[in-house]
Amino acid sequence: MLDLVWLIPAFPLLGFALLVAFGRKLGDPGAGWLATLMVGGSFAAAVAVFAGLLGLDGEERFVVRTLFEWIPVGNFSVDVGVLIDPLSMTMVLFVTGIATLIHLYAIGYMAGDEKFSKFFVYLNLFVFSMLMLVLGDNMLLTFLGWEGVGACSYLLISFWFGDEANASAGKKAFVTNRIGDFGFMTAAFLTFATVGSIRYVDVLAKAPTVAAVTATGITLLLLVGACGKSAQLPLYVWLPDAMAGPTPVSALIHAATMVTAGVYLLTRMNPVIAAAYDWAPTTIAWVGGITALFAATAAVAQNDIKKVLAYSTVSQLGYLFLAVGLGGYVPAIFHMVTHAFFKALLFLAAGSVIHGMHHEQDMRRFGGLLRLLPITAGTFIVGWLAIAGVPPFSGFWSKDEILAYAWQENKALWAIGLLTALLTAFYMSRQVFLTFFGRYRFGDPSPEELHAAWDARIAAAEADEVTAATAIAAAEAARDEAVTAVAVAEEAVVAARADAETAAAAAAAVDEASLEAARSAVAGAEDKDSKKAAEKALKELEKPAKDAEKALSAVAKAEAAVEAARAKVADAEELVATARRAADDSAATVDAVRRAAEAGRPRTTVVPLLEAPDSSGVEDHLPHEVAHRRAYHPHESPWTMTLPLVLLSGGAILAGGLNLPFAKSLHVLEHWLEPALFGHETHLELSGTAKFGLAAVAVAVGVVGIVTAGAVYLRGRGDRSMIEQPLLADAWRVDRSYAWFMGGPGRRSFDLTALFDRTVVDGAVNGVATLVRTASSGLRVAQTGYVRTYALGIALGTVALLVLFLSRAAF
Amino acid sequence: MIVAQSLPTVTPTWYLALGAVLFAIGAVGLLVRRNPLVMFMCVELMLNAVNLTFVAFARSMGDLGGQVLVFFVMVVAAAEVVVGLAIMVALLRRRPDATTADDVAALRG
Amino acid sequence: MEFVVFLIAAAIVVGGALGVLALANPVHSALSLVATLFGVAVLFVAQDAQFLAAVQVIVYAGAIVVLFLFVIMLLGVDRSDDLRVEPVVAQRPLAILSGVGVLAASLVAILAAGGDTATTTVRATATAIPTEEADAASLGRLLFTDHVLAFEITAILLTVAVVGAVVLARRPVRGDDPVDVEAEA
Repeated sequence: MLDLVWLIPAFPLLGFALLVAFGRKLGDPGAGWLATLMVGGSFAAAVAVFAGLLGLDGEERFVVRTLFEWIPVGNFSVDVGVLIDPLSMTMVLFVTGIATLIHLYAIGYMAGDEKFSKFFVYLNLFVFSMLMLVLGDNMLLTFLGWEGVGACSYLLISFWFGDEANASAGKKAFVTNRIGDFGFMTAAFLTFATVGSIRYVDVLAKAPTVAAVTATGITLLLLVGACGKSAQLPLYVWLPDAMAGPTPVSALIHAATMVTAGVYLLTRMNPVIAAAYDWAPTTIAWVGGITALFAATAAVAQNDIKKVLAYSTVSQLGYLFLAVGLGGYVPAIFHMVTHAFFKALLFLAAGSVIHGMHHEQDMRRFGGLLRLLPITAGTFIVGWLAIAGVPPFSGFWSKDEILAYAWQENKALWAIGLLTALLTAFYMSRQVFLTFFGRYRFGDPSPEELHAAWDARIAAAEADEVTAATAIAAAEAARDEAVTAVAVAEEAVVAARADAETAAAAAAAVDEASLEAARSAVAGAEDKDSKKAAEKALKELEKPAKDAEKALSAVAKAEAAVEAARAKVADAEELVATARRAADDSAATVDAVRRAAEAGRPRTTVVPLLEAPDSSGVEDHLPHEVAHRRAYHPHESPWTMTLPLVLLSGGAILAGGLNLPFAKSLHVLEHWLEPALFGHETHLELSGTAKFGLAAVAVAVGVVGIVTAGAVYLRGRGDRSMIEQPLLADAWRVDRSYAWFMGGPGRRSFDLTALFDRTVVDGAVNGVATLVRTASSGLRVAQTGYVRTYALGIALGTVALLVLFLSRAAF
Repeated sequence: MIVAQSLPTVTPTWYLALGAVLFAIGAVGLLVRRNPLVMFMCVELMLNAVNLTFVAFARSMGDLGGQVLVFFVMVVAAAEVVVGLAIMVALLRRRPDATTADDVAALRG
Repeated sequence: MEFVVFLIAAAIVVGGALGVLALANPVHSALSLVATLFGVAVLFVAQDAQFLAAVQVIVYAGAIVVLFLFVIMLLGVDRSDDLRVEPVVAQRPLAILSGVGVLAASLVAILAAGGDTATTTVRATATAIPTEEADAASLGRLLFTDHVLAFEITAILLTVAVVGAVVLARRPVRGDDPVDVEAEA
């Protein structure tokens, strides 16, 4: 059965190769199923090897299988081989198991993404690297896996690299990890220099003979490497930023597997740690403890659902380091396993929430999701209870073990651990209450949105005022036109009257007699021509009278026109008055709106949790996003996502059974791990009462945290903003100080180095050239071009030679 | 005669010394004079000094081979003068104002 | 008797040499050279090298110096040097130094050897200098037997020298005018 060990890394490697070649063709969701099957196969093989290992006796459970000789160079020989022992198999089992579930989950989560198959390519490569890390039988193979997971982490964090922030996060992770890698590498070099080999079999056997100084050096360098990979102070800064990657990545890499590699390394090298000075493991413990507390304080103030979990991971990893530093390898591995379950569960459930809430990640916009996302909520609550340390969930058993060890070894660290447990319970409860309980807040406008709405309303009212003012001006202009029209009409009347008078005078000038004469001329005319002439004459005489009549009617018309114009002026005056009233109304409206805004604007930027924000005045002016959110209906995730959640929650509940404290026979994990620990682990020697007392204290602390969070976030007591300080949200500005340092003094020292390179190193090279040039310029003077100087040189040389010969001659 | 009896004997050493003096004068002249033709003449002086030395040795060692050598030296000197003067002619034809050895300094640098 | 001859001849030789050195006009220098050559010829005769003396006069004084004078006249370099000026720094002192050095070294060598230049180291194949017949015959015999290779080579040398002189000194043929490097410098 042990021979099947090669299948464990082979399956994901095969998956990687197949997906690279055919991933595009398989597409969504075929590529995902292939990847899941491969990792599932790896898990099956792991179970088989585990069964095989169980078949061996306790002492023999330290098997090395070699595939081929990789680097034979003189007395440095590295093989590709695996070390099968309880520690590595424990890691392999939970890595492959959780990885399978996360692959399944990712099929649902990444559905519809255009780079679907590439995601699974990277995931399978990651699993392969992680397995090589854990299974490798020498430090170089472990380092290969170490670097591989670092590379895959970079690729996966910046998976959506179109957004610059994601790409930067990936780079940050890679560069920060590199610093740790340097520590690991140097430790490997030092180990080789001291022990002459980097195979674990040799190193662990010869570790007691290593000088304490060297062992301390190796330990501290390994600590540096572990700090980078497992995100402890001061190299933790990449993990919160790594949340930019897709949630399955966060779950797999940054919760369950890659970040545990540091702890695995330290546990594997425990004989070397045991051979070091006592302050070396104590340093490890303090690094872990301080990181745990630091990260927990930062998690309290985060608003992004994933960032809370990121800081929580840093904090829980701090617990692991704390345990390792105190010699408690068993509780460290125990808590690593339980943490892998519940943290992966929490991340995946958070991803389900994000998926269901249309990619929203801000917890202030959640609330009341318990009914809407039941399965997600249920599994998340299981994870919450586990991490808060509520019995009988697994987190309680493992965390309590660590606290018990801390009480026995170092009371100060116990106090730090306890405080961290309180904060853990608090911030996780906060997260659960904000997300799943309380009022459904997704449709609420945020304070910023409300401010924007009030501004819009005021702007609308002011716009109306402006329109009204223009209307007044228009009406007045019309009225003025009407007035001028009246004046024009009156002048027309006067003119018409004058015309009428002239016409009448002209009519009167024509007397009756000539008229009669003309008429009779017409009647008496004989032929046509004379008739025409007579008619023409008559017409001429009758013309003035007709003109007079026309003029009179013209006068009448003009007077009528004046009346009409006067009526128009009156209408225009009415219109002006109406416009003036309208303008006054709109000015009043603007004032009213301003006063309403004064009253209605939100007072703070703190999102109200318990009551809905008052948006009565500005419903029409809210931004579009609010309407979209209101129209949205959250939905539960598909079975590919919820099934892993359920399975993981089973693990979160039951994994406590690995190492129950009640009886020696229940210490399954402790017995199991003995062959890998070579007796260097600390043994817990507290009485049953002491353990029970400590457990009670831990549970009490957890309950206090939960209750406090409930009071603040469910009932609204106290002032939230006092707890959620900006300093904490910024994680004590560590990141910013790094940036300042690297940008400021760091940059200057880099510039100095560059200057040194330019002036000293390049200067030396250039200086040689300059020296040659100067020398030759000096020597050039000898080339005078004069034959006589050359002849002189010959002559003087000849004299010298002669003197030389003479001095040697024997006379 | 009284004068004849007290005259010193001329040994070959005297001829050698004379040759040395002649050679030295020729060397100094070569270095000091600027006119190329005069420099050539100083070279001839040096060659003559050598001839003188060879003949002195031939006589003192009783070997005619020395005189054969002088013969060859003269021939070679003649050839050398011919070629040298031809060069001078060619040089001065191209640059009529290069009348001293110092004017031919193109290889300066 | 030889002493007197030596003294006079030596005086002519040295005087002529100094004249070559010191006279400004090159024609005067050439004439001083002639004097030196004659003196050397006399010294040759005094040392039983009559043939060589004749050759000296014919070839050196008669041909070479005449050639010098031809060139002087042809090219017009008979302008006197200004011997008061020495453009090159330290040339004169160093020249005198080297001359004195050479002289001193040579004299030391000569005088230290003393009388060892005598007939103690005679070559095996040495030919004696004849005193009865003219040495031209034995010289000729030597040339054409022991030194015939050198003789032939010297003949070639002379031919080459003549050809070279003709090529170097001819007027440039039209179209065959190489670039004047010195004019550009």
